[in-house]
Amino acid sequence: MLGSGILKGLAVTAKNFVGSYHDPARMVTVQYPEERSKLPENYRSFPLLVCEDAADPMGTLRCVACQICEKECPPQCIYIEKSKDKKPDATGKPQLYPTVFAIDTSVCMGCGICAEVCPFDSIKMDQVFEVAATDRFTELLLNREQLAKPNSYYHSIHPTEAAEVDARLAAARLAAEEKAKAAAAAAAAKAAAAATAKPAAPAQPPSAPPTASASSTAPAPGAEAPKSYSRVS
Amino acid sequence: MIGTGSAPSPFGQLSGPTVRKVKDPFHGDLLEVSMGPQHPSTHGVFRMDVTLDGEVIVKLKPVFGYLHRNHEKIAENTSYLGSMPYTDRLDYLSSMSTNWAYALAVEKLAGLTVPDRAQYLRIILAELTRLVNHVCLVGFLFNDLGTSFTPLLYAFREREKIIDLFEALSGSRMMCNYQRFGGCRVDPTPEWLAAASRLVDNFPSFLDEYESMLTGNEIMLARTQGVGRLDPKHAINAGITGPVLRASGVNYDLRKVDGYGFYPRFDFRIPLGDHGDTYDRYMMRILEMRESVKILQQAFRELPAGPIMDPKAKLRGFRPKPGEAYGRLESPKGELGFYLLSDGSPNPYRYRVRPPSLINLTLLEEMCLGHTVADAVVILGSIDIVLGEVDR
Repeated sequence: MLGSGILKGLAVTAKNFVGSYHDPARMVTVQYPEERSKLPENYRSFPLLVCEDAADPMGTLRCVACQICEKECPPQCIYIEKSKDKKPDATGKPQLYPTVFAIDTSVCMGCGICAEVCPFDSIKMDQVFEVAATDRFTELLLNREQLAKPNSYYHSIHPTEAAEVDARLAAARLAAEEKAKAAAAAAAAKAAAAATAKPAAPAQPPSAPPTASASSTAPAPGAEAPKSYSRVS
Repeated sequence: MIGTGSAPSPFGQLSGPTVRKVKDPFHGDLLEVSMGPQHPSTHGVFRMDVTLDGEVIVKLKPVFGYLHRNHEKIAENTSYLGSMPYTDRLDYLSSMSTNWAYALAVEKLAGLTVPDRAQYLRIILAELTRLVNHVCLVGFLFNDLGTSFTPLLYAFREREKIIDLFEALSGSRMMCNYQRFGGCRVDPTPEWLAAASRLVDNFPSFLDEYESMLTGNEIMLARTQGVGRLDPKHAINAGITGPVLRASGVNYDLRKVDGYGFYPRFDFRIPLGDHGDTYDRYMMRILEMRESVKILQQAFRELPAGPIMDPKAKLRGFRPKPGEAYGRLESPKGELGFYLLSDGSPNPYRYRVRPPSLINLTLLEEMCLGHTVADAVVILGSIDIVLGEVDR
């Protein structure tokens, strides 16, 4: 019968119309500013820089200014300037740090490649999406102070990934400490060997400073080095 | 005054083979209309220079390039990995397939092998992309037909569920940036797989509802059957691929012809049309979605455990040996190919995309001649173009 197809179609729309009041499968919208759907854990928007300590974000940045993200960024929206001096990084190794780290989020396309290539787990993807600004040059060009977010924030947005990163960093820190300890032990052994070898040397006047004790203190700074970086752990 | 033979034509060079003589010499002039670039029915910034005799199209020239973003040249100046997010922006409705096509070309170039689990994941995501793309297409097609927004929003409701899955997996709804050279970026959780499998199982019921609403609709039949016919000979000569070609009855699907990925392991059929008209092109999409559901169900059943990346694959400092490669696959729109020429440096020496949308557009005039402007809108909608891919 001519028109039966149209009637069938109207029945479907009627079903959907009624269903949109009571059927959860057909109630798919949320009233956005008041109601918010939960973001998935993997969601990414713009990059952030992870720092260890919220009280001292610039002092505890994980970034070592290696500039890999700057090189790999497809739209080239990252700008980094390296420091002249070195600071200990998350694993306790003295590293450079960025004196300038700027991301132009008006250019950034949120692909996440910077976070993927970062070997120091320093740059990660944020989940903010309400970032509208009235001025594209000052408000969207983020500097390192604006980009730095504490590790606890990173844990709150990507819990699974952050736990993996923390485990990896803890393992690296442990390995570095053990290496330092082993190096200190080796140096101490060497010093001890030198100390035992020294008496065999020609006799010295007793008033002279004991060289053996001087050489035994030499490895001490090396052994103590990891302890002075304990603020990162 | 074409047809009267007295005054010179105000349109100059209009006496090409596609210009019909006006039957009634007293009826009037031809009218040249520029549809677009800002026009709701052109699906983006696309222009059709249409010459009309009354309401009937006697000449049509597609004009594109308004969305040209220098994609190929940008890719030649960034690293291989750096072009991956740009490929999302080619066919922005089906970024997972586009990612895969590019990864396929680079893997050929660098000689990487893809682990089994990643192959299955790629098929799952490519077929989900096909669902997204086709569901969008039928929605927009009905919008072009004049059913203001109801079918489109029903289609988008379904699309949204799949897009949410993409977001949960890759971090972005449309710009997924998911495939990598030698595998995939993120391993889905069991919950994700369960949710995706549930969605796929429920999808046929949505298709049934959608079809009962629209496929038998008499207005729709009158508007689409016999409109925009494309005969197979023309289609093959012009290099048309994808559902547009198969609607004309040519059995050519790269999933069967090339058998890339693990497609030979899957049991599915290729729907074919008879008439090559707009109605067949619409039905191709519906039937392909039903076949995609079959592929997906099989993939979820057989998905193996294991690694998702080739251990040889390098993320940083990726420099394939000098050589060339062409990777192609059956994207939802047709044959999508990436041609790469490497000189051993970190970026390709030549990078070329074969976009199915652009090549399918070339026969737009053939399909539209003799139809009205309103039909041209429907025919354009049934070809399924995305301007990001046409203009690149």
